[in-house]
Amino acid sequence: MTDAQLNKTRTLPVTDLSLVVLIGASGSGKSTFARRHFKPTEVISSDFCRGLVADDENDQSASADAFDVLHYIAGKRLAAGRRTVVDATSVQQESRKQLVDLARKHDVLPIAIVLDVPEEVCAERNASRSDRAGMPRRVIQRHTRELRRSLRHLEREGFRKVHVLRGVEEIESAEVRTEKRFNDLTHLTGPFDIIGDIHGCAAELESLLAKLGYEDGTHPRGRTAVFVGDLVDRGPDSPGVLRRVMSMVGSGDALCVPGNHENKYGRFLKGRKVQHTHGLAETIEQMEGESEEFKAQVREFVDGLVSHYVLDGGGLVVCHAGLPEKYHGRTSGRVRSHALYGETTGETDEFGLPVRYPWAEDYRGRAAVVYGHTPVPEATWLNNTICLDTGAVFGGKLTALRWPEHELVDVPAERVWYEPVKPLASEAPGGHEGRPLDLADVHGRRVVETRHAGRVSVREENAAAALEVMSRFAVDPRLMPYLPPTMAPTATSRVEGYLEHPAEAFAQYLADGVARVVCEEKHMGSRAVALVCRDAGVARVRFGASGTSGALYTRTGRPFFDDAAVTEEILGRVRDAVTEAGLWDELETDWVLLDAELMPWSLKASGLLRSQYAAVGAAAGAVFPGAVAALEGAAARGVEVRDLLAKQRERAADAASFTDAYRRYCWTTSGLDGVRLAPFQVLAVQGRSLAGMPHDEQLGLIDRVVAGDPSGLLQTTRRLFVDTGDAESVRAGVDWWLEMTGRGGEGMVVKPVQAMVRSGEGRLVQPGIKCRGREYLRIIYGPEYTRPENLDRLRGRFLNHKRSLALREYALGLEALDRLAEGEPLWRVHEAVFGVLALESEPVDPRL
Amino acid sequence: MAADPAGRGEFVGPVSGSGENPWSGVGRHVILGRVFLTISTTGTPERPATDLGFLLHKHPDKAQAFSTSYGTAHVFYPEAGEDRCTAALLLEVDAVALVRRGKGKGRGGAPDAALAQYVNDRPYAASSLLAVALSGVFSSAMKGACRARPELPDRPLPLRIEVPAVPARGGAGLVRALFEPLGWTVTVAPVALDAEFPEWGDSRYVGLVLEGEQRLADALRHLYVLLPVLDDAKHYWVATDEVEKLLRAGEGWLPAHPEQKLITSRYLSRRWSLTRQAMERLELVRLAEADDSQVEEIDNAVDESQDTDEKPVPLAVQRRDAIVAALRSADAGRVLDLGCGQGQLVQELLKDTRFTEIVGVDVSMRALTIASRRLKLDRMGERQSERVRLVQGSLAYTDKRLKGYDAAVLSEVIEHLDLPRLPALEYAVFGAARPRTVIVTTPNVEYNVRWETLPAGHVRHGDHRFEWTREEFRAWAGAVAERHGYGVEFRPVGPDDPEVGPPTQMAVFHTTARNPKEEKVA
Repeated sequence: MTDAQLNKTRTLPVTDLSLVVLIGASGSGKSTFARRHFKPTEVISSDFCRGLVADDENDQSASADAFDVLHYIAGKRLAAGRRTVVDATSVQQESRKQLVDLARKHDVLPIAIVLDVPEEVCAERNASRSDRAGMPRRVIQRHTRELRRSLRHLEREGFRKVHVLRGVEEIESAEVRTEKRFNDLTHLTGPFDIIGDIHGCAAELESLLAKLGYEDGTHPRGRTAVFVGDLVDRGPDSPGVLRRVMSMVGSGDALCVPGNHENKYGRFLKGRKVQHTHGLAETIEQMEGESEEFKAQVREFVDGLVSHYVLDGGGLVVCHAGLPEKYHGRTSGRVRSHALYGETTGETDEFGLPVRYPWAEDYRGRAAVVYGHTPVPEATWLNNTICLDTGAVFGGKLTALRWPEHELVDVPAERVWYEPVKPLASEAPGGHEGRPLDLADVHGRRVVETRHAGRVSVREENAAAALEVMSRFAVDPRLMPYLPPTMAPTATSRVEGYLEHPAEAFAQYLADGVARVVCEEKHMGSRAVALVCRDAGVARVRFGASGTSGALYTRTGRPFFDDAAVTEEILGRVRDAVTEAGLWDELETDWVLLDAELMPWSLKASGLLRSQYAAVGAAAGAVFPGAVAALEGAAARGVEVRDLLAKQRERAADAASFTDAYRRYCWTTSGLDGVRLAPFQVLAVQGRSLAGMPHDEQLGLIDRVVAGDPSGLLQTTRRLFVDTGDAESVRAGVDWWLEMTGRGGEGMVVKPVQAMVRSGEGRLVQPGIKCRGREYLRIIYGPEYTRPENLDRLRGRFLNHKRSLALREYALGLEALDRLAEGEPLWRVHEAVFGVLALESEPVDPRL
Repeated sequence: MAADPAGRGEFVGPVSGSGENPWSGVGRHVILGRVFLTISTTGTPERPATDLGFLLHKHPDKAQAFSTSYGTAHVFYPEAGEDRCTAALLLEVDAVALVRRGKGKGRGGAPDAALAQYVNDRPYAASSLLAVALSGVFSSAMKGACRARPELPDRPLPLRIEVPAVPARGGAGLVRALFEPLGWTVTVAPVALDAEFPEWGDSRYVGLVLEGEQRLADALRHLYVLLPVLDDAKHYWVATDEVEKLLRAGEGWLPAHPEQKLITSRYLSRRWSLTRQAMERLELVRLAEADDSQVEEIDNAVDESQDTDEKPVPLAVQRRDAIVAALRSADAGRVLDLGCGQGQLVQELLKDTRFTEIVGVDVSMRALTIASRRLKLDRMGERQSERVRLVQGSLAYTDKRLKGYDAAVLSEVIEHLDLPRLPALEYAVFGAARPRTVIVTTPNVEYNVRWETLPAGHVRHGDHRFEWTREEFRAWAGAVAERHGYGVEFRPVGPDDPEVGPPTQMAVFHTTARNPKEEKVA
């Protein structure tokens, strides 16, 4: 018992994310140890799993199933990034191998803690437990024998830390200390300046550091530089770069992750055999003049580099070659290899270089991944990842990213230091040429987290319909960052002769606590969203679309005009108007997203008009004269048809009113002649969603844009402000509506002036309520809907579903705009936009 | 007259909707319409025109109202003299009842998409509703029975029938082709959609006047069958007893009718597509509505007119043969049919067991349903069904499920995409899915001049967003191959015309990327 006599406290460092394997004979005290040092949920014991599958913790015949369960649970925990302690004897190498493999599969460290307790103690403990009293002594003997035999092999088996505790006392007194992983620097919040691949371009590095505000390696405002690796090779002065970076890291002014180039040079320094290719020869040559001491420092520096860092509360990951989310904060050879070299497809391209797997396209993580390795002409964001290798050594530039400012800073290369094997790839893989959207982002049942209304779910069948429309008819998703939500009508009116009446809308907002509303004239056209960029270059840079300066699309994302030139013409006129209004500078943007109405209705809806509305009018027009004449004939003969005749005459008049109703919204256009666009809201500009801007301000902006258009395309939206609590004001609102709809107007939309408003209970209130004119509703409810008996029946309509749908779509629309404003990846914006379209296919009374 | 006692039959109250059944809204239509028709005859003192009253079993001096399932039918006589007698049938269609009947289970469920619309023409147009009303109100006349004057029904009368609004799919030409062989003198007057918008052209209605010496029973039976045929849509389920009804009503004239085939197929063939409309299109109907467009504009992925099992389009067969041959020579076992449509190619591939895994992908749920039915997936044996899968997918998105296949076929697919969206497809297929072999077929627009039926400058299919010349296709395919590390060769499909080339052009891509090298260096 010499070990026990040492009698001093052992401290066992255990990494916070690891698979801890307790090793010890039955009765060695593993469960007690685990209970004392780990959370109960961290520990999975084989006995417990035996109980789960066989109702008996000691049923050895159930061991195979029990271990399946144990591995399954452990796998789930590790995948979720939770430390897991396996409480089983694990004295046999085969059983440990499975656990080591499991740890590797999830890229966490396997750690062994051995409890080496004398056989007699184990036997004694088992004897005192009723359920184990019958265990033969030879079982413990075998365990002890196997344990002893294993001790020497544990590290070779793959355990990255091995703690052996000998004797009862040492076990009793041992303490477990949780250690953070080396790559876990989440507590560092910067601010950071992340610097791309340098490749020995010492002069460019100095210029960049100066431009970033560093003075001899230190930033006066305490910023930290982070180097993404590839400090050396190819360039003119690798030693100079190393010297600068090592000194900054040494003084705490910088962090550095290894690139494949210094990794290879490190192996060279350790005396390994490596090929002197890809610029290594230059580094070796340049280093020849350096002291052995410096070389030793370099060796130590390179050796100590950690493959990647997780920074700023987990919001930032820096590594050399990019890293999929599942490897963030993980520790394994595979992770290191990924961080250094990236993933390749196994193919090689025509230059003999490995084809890189476009991992960034698949990336869906919330942490930004900043990396280098692959030279690109411009650093651009793709799915929350950005490559900063802008080919300084190939005559490109040296680029840094300011974090959290998301600002790029670069200096041009002083010259081409090294001829590239192949021209710099145009951009991040799959960037502008292809598209980084994946079906898994939209397909099937989905739940979209929105910041304004929580989780909004999309049903599978609705997503399926949206997929069809989105794929076959919609404009490029990059140019469609928003789809407008549906709008609920006002509560059904009891006023004689009316189905909808503004009094209800005002009352509803008053009840919601909205004191001031704006009534906006409803243009009877087609809802249109216009993305207007200052020029095609802006469309390319901001939205990744080429050959266009924006988009003009319907509420299901379809382009309005088949002819792209017509769209460009409209966009051009809006652009000129925005310029004239001076909004580019005022809103600090180079694009605007407008919500608008495009007229005439007949422009886009002509198919519907012809086949339904006009068809009804035509059929009615053909039938009534003959029918009325025939009845007149019969009446003249004395046949009693007076009532029938009177009725037919009334209905003929209804049919004529119906035709008049739809005709108001139709006129002939030729090219852009006769086309009108009435914008009513600026939805978003660069970096900002304006969905929360009060409508009076909004209309102020819109008025200036409309005034800035000399071409007659843009049309103003008439409006009236109403105080919902003031009877006089409400009356004025009603009169305004009556006057407008009396002249054939479609109606109006009533909105809270404050735009985005929450009710007393904190719920969003309807962003707008439509109140449609009496004549207009004829084309919705049919020619004869105004007859009292019809109105009575129609008043039984149900609005709740429509209102709920309107709010859910509104929340998704807001979410899309917020995601767009915050520069989130396209798939995040598209997810919300797609959700709006999918919800539009939910079953709801189409006449509402 | 008691046209409509207590309004019964005119309005059925709102559907006693509980809560928010979304389609309960449909049940509250209150459009009331009129369908109208007159039947006139002339006579002499010996054979007075008023005999028409006996034949129709309706007294000329009374206005009578009859309740039918779809509203009230009024019969009255604007004129009734010895020399001339006219009977008028005015059907006040009760749209509520119309929709209500469509609501239940089984035979219910809004068979005609138009009925689900808030405004529809059914109440005005002489459709199957009128046919049903005819057979209900004049049932004895249709059977040729007349108890009071048994000799009358067999006597041909000089008849003049006027129907002011007949929906005629197929236009005036078809109207004539249907009625003239039966001995009618046909006058067809077009009805303009809207006089204020002459550019909209004519509506699909025509004013129809039929004149001829006919037995009244025959005339009624002609109308009973041919009005719905012209409309080409029915308001009620076509059930199995429809065949019998058709045979009965067509007795004596249908078998010899030159358009017998069209009449029969239009009359009977609706069953399947109506079910489809009711069961599968509602989400798309709503998306179309959201855009003020019609469902036909977007739910057009499947061209049923080209679903030609019995008389295969030779070119389609040649195309499939060429594709299968290319797949065989590429030694492909696991194959993607991207844009599989109705599954014809999948069906073909299933016949050869060397194709061990066949995945049909389409964005249209309708297409997949039809394909599944065509392949009889639900009844297929396990061994067979393990080889085939149909999934909804979109080539506008990358899709991990499509990775790792030997070959992908894009047969007549790319031309259904707007050109600006083509790079997305290119990337999804050649960049992301990266099958070893990709086969693309597309029409050769140069060949269009050889299609006699295709008007100059027209594309072959309404949904073709573009059709390419051989040069355009080669340029695209070459660039794609170049960008994604494929080699490409071109093969003609169909007769290779020396001047304009083959009707279909095919490109076969093979990956050229070499084996991985060990070294991993930037």
